[in-house]
Amino acid sequence: MKKHDNLITYAVVIAAYAVFQILAATGNLSSHMKGLLVPMTYYAVIAVALNLCVGILGELSIGHCGFMCIGAFTSAFFSKLTEESLPGPLRFFLAFVIGIAFAALFGFLIGIPVLRLKGDYLAIVTLAFGEIIKNVINAFYIGVDSKGFHFSLKNSMELGMEKEGNLIVNGAMGITGTPHDSNFTVAIVVLLISLFVVLNLVKSRDGRAIMAVRDNNIAAEATGINVTRYKMMAFVISAAIAGAAGVLFSHNITTLTASSQYFGFNASIMILVYVVLGGIGNIRGSVIAACVLYLLPELLRGLNTYRMLIYSIVLIVMMIVNWSPKVIEWRKRVTSSLRRA
Amino acid sequence: MALLEVNNLCISFGGLRAVDDFNITIEKGELYGLIGPNGAGKTTVFNLLTGVYKPNEGIIRLDGEDITRKSTIEINHAGVARTFQNIRLFKNMPVIDNVKVGLNERFKYSTLEGILHLGKYRKVEKEIDDEAMRLLKVFDLDSERDTLAANLPYGKQRKLEIARAMATNPKLLLLDEPAAGMNPNETKELMETIALVRSKFDMTILLIEHDMKLVSGICEKLTVLNFGRVLCQGETKEVLANPEVITAYLGG
Repeated sequence: MKKHDNLITYAVVIAAYAVFQILAATGNLSSHMKGLLVPMTYYAVIAVALNLCVGILGELSIGHCGFMCIGAFTSAFFSKLTEESLPGPLRFFLAFVIGIAFAALFGFLIGIPVLRLKGDYLAIVTLAFGEIIKNVINAFYIGVDSKGFHFSLKNSMELGMEKEGNLIVNGAMGITGTPHDSNFTVAIVVLLISLFVVLNLVKSRDGRAIMAVRDNNIAAEATGINVTRYKMMAFVISAAIAGAAGVLFSHNITTLTASSQYFGFNASIMILVYVVLGGIGNIRGSVIAACVLYLLPELLRGLNTYRMLIYSIVLIVMMIVNWSPKVIEWRKRVTSSLRRA
Repeated sequence: MALLEVNNLCISFGGLRAVDDFNITIEKGELYGLIGPNGAGKTTVFNLLTGVYKPNEGIIRLDGEDITRKSTIEINHAGVARTFQNIRLFKNMPVIDNVKVGLNERFKYSTLEGILHLGKYRKVEKEIDDEAMRLLKVFDLDSERDTLAANLPYGKQRKLEIARAMATNPKLLLLDEPAAGMNPNETKELMETIALVRSKFDMTILLIEHDMKLVSGICEKLTVLNFGRVLCQGETKEVLANPEVITAYLGG
């Protein structure tokens, strides 16, 4: 790995941020586009998280939206609860702490059974856990009044709250009215921190151990590497970053529901598509792929009928550019000649 | 006191006694060979010694310490390193990182320091880098430091596997058929590498091998396994002249 590789990644993110900010300031960005910037960034964050799990650890997880879901709900719950009592920036910071901590905790708990499995089996079980998380949250009714918390799995009437009580989680209707704390700048900062954590981890002794487990766990064990410990470490960090993406998500929309559209199987697969097309194990590629592939269908809305056709062509082109050995060879030739020039 | 002492080691898989009443004593600094026909249980013995399988009976002592039922990781930390019959490298990692993984448990800093690149990170990483380069130089792999392990030629992959094992600073090195698949030139080079490991690190080595030229050339003592039992044990010359060994394994 080259010395300045990481710096280039940070520079790309900051440059993209600057470009969008200038476009917005000069009035060249429609309000529709402005609304897409935060989602684009949190999808980049979760793509980085998933790449840590799939590319660096080498375990295919297709339930990562479940961790995002946990981060989203726990943080939104906290923000709703403390909306009046805490100042905005502090509340948002604590929301991050809580969202990340809970996602990490669930990453650990789910990791205990899941990381005993391998390959397809691991993928299937993570998929199941992702769906379970979503469905369980859909069944929660939680309210608070002067007597404290009320909890039910049936409906909001069962809570038996006082009249002035505050219904926070309303079953499948989710959490309504989470403070709108997310913005593009915070999202970019979260993305930069996630990149910093993952890229630095890869270049440390723990990162090497994780990749050794990926490449050959029998040899890793015989070399004295604690396979279980390092698998868990990578999985928990990955879940925690996915939780951070969830915090950005829940503080960017008015009504947070644990719907399939955002946290279901399809959403997890979509993020996996970002990771695979950006290059498995290539963190910078994940960020670029997430941004391009998230924005593209939205930008092509005008072309209505041809939208999905163009999207699929872009997927194929990205696949060729990132995976075809001939094209990779050609890319290397071009970059090395550029370097010499 | 012997470095490795194994007494009455037994393991069964179902009704099959794969290894039965296996005994071996290896003194410090010895180069010991384990030979026998295919299916005799040689690799099973290695797997028992490294904790991959747990024996039904018997005791394994390394340097006086009982390591019989310990895990693979604990046994490695206690001082046993190995290579594999079918090479197992970290293929998608550069050559130097393969060795650095071997150094992982010897040069430490916390995960947090690793993520922030602060504290002991720089100092320890420098030490890891220096030590890894020193090992690569010994094995004449320093020119390949950034090559992916998968792209190394066969002979060098074997060497790298030995270098990685040596990085864990073992007391005993187990080599499982190091010359398998090698041409005569590569085998010759391997013999030089093994001699180098012995002289440079004062290493005790137990190796499994079918290449009799290599075995008779470098091993000081031999144990012959047949159907999971020890057929014959002793000085190389005497063992190779034993009529039972000739019928069971060498042919002649």
